[in-house]
Amino acid sequence: MSPQSHSHSLDTVKHAEQTPETDLPWKELGLKEDEYARIRDILGRRPTGAELAMYSVMWSEHCSYKSSKVHLRQFGEKAPTEGPGAEAMLVGIGEQAGVVDVGQGYAVTFKVESHNHPSYVEPYQGAATGIGGIVRDIIAMGARPVAVMDPLRFGAADHPDTKRVLPGVVAGIGGYGNCLGLPNIGGEVVFDACYQGNPLVNALCVGVMKHEDIHLAKAAGTGNKVILYGARTGGDGIGGASILASETFDDEKPSKRPAVQVGDPFQEKLLIECTLEAFHADLVVGIQDLGAAGLSCATSELASNGSGGMRVELDDVPLRDSSLSPEEILMSESQERMCAVVEPDKVDRFLQICEKWEVTATVVGEVTDGDRLEIFWHGEKIVDVDPRTVAHEGPVYERPYARPDWQDELQADDPAQLPRPANGEELRAATLALVASPNQAAKSWITDQYDRYVLGDTVLAQPEDSGMIRIDPETGLGVAVSTDGNGRYAKLDPYEGARLALAESYRNVAATGARPLAVTDCLNFGSPEDPAAMWQFAEACRGLADACKELGTPVTGGNVSLYNQTGEAAIHPTPVVGVLGVIDDVARRTPMAFRDEGHLIYLLGDTREEFGGSAWSQVAHGHLGGRPPRVDLERERLLAEILIAASRDGMADAAHDVSDGGVVQALAESCLKGGKGARIVVPDGLDPFVFLFSESQGRALVAIPRSEEVRFTDMCAARGMPAARIGVVDGDALEVQGQFSLPLEELRRHHEATIPELFG
Amino acid sequence: MTTRIGVVTFPGSLDDSDARRAIRIAGAEPVALWHREKDLRKQQVDAVVLPGGFSYGDYLRCGAIARFSPIMESVVEQAKGGMPVLGICNGFQILCETHLLPGALTRNDHLHFLCRDQRLRVENDTTAWTSDYERGQEIVVPLKNGEGGYVADERTLDELEGEGRVAFRYLGGNPNGSRRDIAGITNEAGNVVGLMPHPEHAVEALTGPTTDGLGFFTSALKKLVAS
Repeated sequence: MSPQSHSHSLDTVKHAEQTPETDLPWKELGLKEDEYARIRDILGRRPTGAELAMYSVMWSEHCSYKSSKVHLRQFGEKAPTEGPGAEAMLVGIGEQAGVVDVGQGYAVTFKVESHNHPSYVEPYQGAATGIGGIVRDIIAMGARPVAVMDPLRFGAADHPDTKRVLPGVVAGIGGYGNCLGLPNIGGEVVFDACYQGNPLVNALCVGVMKHEDIHLAKAAGTGNKVILYGARTGGDGIGGASILASETFDDEKPSKRPAVQVGDPFQEKLLIECTLEAFHADLVVGIQDLGAAGLSCATSELASNGSGGMRVELDDVPLRDSSLSPEEILMSESQERMCAVVEPDKVDRFLQICEKWEVTATVVGEVTDGDRLEIFWHGEKIVDVDPRTVAHEGPVYERPYARPDWQDELQADDPAQLPRPANGEELRAATLALVASPNQAAKSWITDQYDRYVLGDTVLAQPEDSGMIRIDPETGLGVAVSTDGNGRYAKLDPYEGARLALAESYRNVAATGARPLAVTDCLNFGSPEDPAAMWQFAEACRGLADACKELGTPVTGGNVSLYNQTGEAAIHPTPVVGVLGVIDDVARRTPMAFRDEGHLIYLLGDTREEFGGSAWSQVAHGHLGGRPPRVDLERERLLAEILIAASRDGMADAAHDVSDGGVVQALAESCLKGGKGARIVVPDGLDPFVFLFSESQGRALVAIPRSEEVRFTDMCAARGMPAARIGVVDGDALEVQGQFSLPLEELRRHHEATIPELFG
Repeated sequence: MTTRIGVVTFPGSLDDSDARRAIRIAGAEPVALWHREKDLRKQQVDAVVLPGGFSYGDYLRCGAIARFSPIMESVVEQAKGGMPVLGICNGFQILCETHLLPGALTRNDHLHFLCRDQRLRVENDTTAWTSDYERGQEIVVPLKNGEGGYVADERTLDELEGEGRVAFRYLGGNPNGSRRDIAGITNEAGNVVGLMPHPEHAVEALTGPTTDGLGFFTSALKKLVAS
């Protein structure tokens, strides 16, 4: 664009002072009247267009957590103060990702984030850039990313729109993650009509570093240079700011820039290598990735966390599109960009490393001794703010919430009244229907589109209970990560649902032999302006914080995604909980497969009649009602101790968590994974249907070599863990004595055909 | 003297560290080579691996830009002089782009990226990279790619078959539409081998489906030690 075309429209600080009455489109940018008044108050004048753009996006729900903050505080207030989890915390909530000490001088950082809305609009790019964003959070901490996982929720499997969204999301995750060279080691795929129009695309990344390499995002040291590096800034992902740019300040411009960002994994791979090389050469004072709110966020957060102010020359930002207005440059969410603060005498070396990796890098500003963030365009000051008011002192709301009036009715709708399979033949049919149902079916058609081998340290990957990565090839030190979150349980009782999500994830980590240490969460809910959805959110936060305290696993960070709602219909409350565990020697891991005939199958834990929110009630009756299974976290802790000891002392050859679908689903999965059958006897006093399909918590299957049986059962008896011998690994069928026998081939056909038939 | 096997890192290479690990496990010394290196001889490497990944994002065509990297001129020259060169996945694509090997790799026929444990039959046990196997031996190594469909004109395919230059064939179902189930090929001299599957991911029982891939690297090591 020519200089003339905007010279008349450039809204400088001086201009704003002189024209206090000028109307600004604060409403269109999503600000409330009192929020706009507060901005005017803070500045003592009306904001410039650029300032308004910055405040509006930084004070948005997504960036400011204004509705969720009052509830999220519990994760800090109730954080466990003792135990291995508390002792391992190196960096907690508030940084770009939490950091946990895993021993031997290593630290691990991990975090889960949502990219739900973009993935519905444009599934491929939405999912791809979701990975890109979380990976940059990890490298900004100074860690090398070593694995990703994707918890996903889609609408009904047979809905036509799911056929649009799922393949795009899966291809996006694969296209970006595979090209980035990060193994995808787990995650979930769940279908439910409630996610129609509001699919959940969460992405988790794990990174590893040495303790001394931990870096925090701050801009300290007057005179230090601010370097923007990575991709050039373009018009993608501008969203709300385009309203400002196109409708108020320059009517002749093309309006409505695309709101979904476009990802370039190759550029991100270069960013990873370039950033880590700069870290290792000790060239970086502070670093921040550019994600939501782009440069606005990076500059205000870096300055806000540092000791001084910051001056930025927007003209020096390398552009992909020279027609961008200053507001758009500040708002652009172009991917694969990072911002580093570097001491003046190290700038040349920093730029050399960028040049080596063919990454564009430009000095765009410096740290000043004041406390203002000042941004200039064509020599004129267009932003002059206290960065803290932008980044950290946004509005905080105590949204009204209320237990919905339908909750009682939902809980009263007990699944006990549903017709049940009454004989062996009906149990057999119910088993086949269960393992073939979209939620319980094999997901390999999806996960085979992800590279699980790259980097050569993947010890366990999906469909194992947790993904496991070796950190140190010499000692065998490793970490395991699982993500879980049952929206059906949470719908029945959001407090218990959140506790159940943690319990399952914790159990999944322990099943592989790793000791659970810390938690990251992605809280996916409906609109905070709907008191019912807000109540679900408040209850889930309370439940998760209580459960984390009880289990001694602190929340290290995470993400909130609200407004997953179309009209009146909100999604099931879906707290996705990621648990990270550590294992001293990955060679000791316990996989899920039944591998050797003759091994004894034990069921650990108590089985009660619990069908509320169960997979069976969904598959057989399309039913959701009653109460979710009871949570006993002391039992979960004991079960974890048993599973970890069994792994460490070589007592268990296989272990598999019992959750959705109950014992029969877990048996089917362990049999199919190892290609071995099992002969099962229903324990005395248990109804065969309840034994096979109930979803009582705190349970796991283990396969024990006969030589270890006494040692194992003695340990369980000594610690008070119920352990029932329910059968033996044998033959090529899953046989429940006196009830039915299912040849593995038939079982496999049903289990593995569903997803390819729907989406292949 | 230890045997030095170089692994080239292009911008976007991903399996380079895995290849170096495999070389180390096989007993040779891995040497990291940066793509801007102009003269291989300076690094005194005895063999070179072009690893998997997405060099330059594979944006134009897989391997099409990497072949113009400064190091490739020297790799081609040395390969023509008999130095063992192994191209894995993206490395195979680069070898085809440089015409050290004939044919090309195209988008998988089912249009998806596919990662799975793949059965292969060793068809040629006389190359620099396969002498530790036996002809007809079945191995399992990971396969992971989006563009692994091997194509060439019929005459070239007939020539490859006739001269015994098909080094590996897919078993248990063709995973990508490769012509004649071809998973890997060799040049006439047998020092240059390219394949889509990843032997470097099958060198440790803990992290691979098998350790069947180790034979590639021990084969090269033995040949180099003997020569």
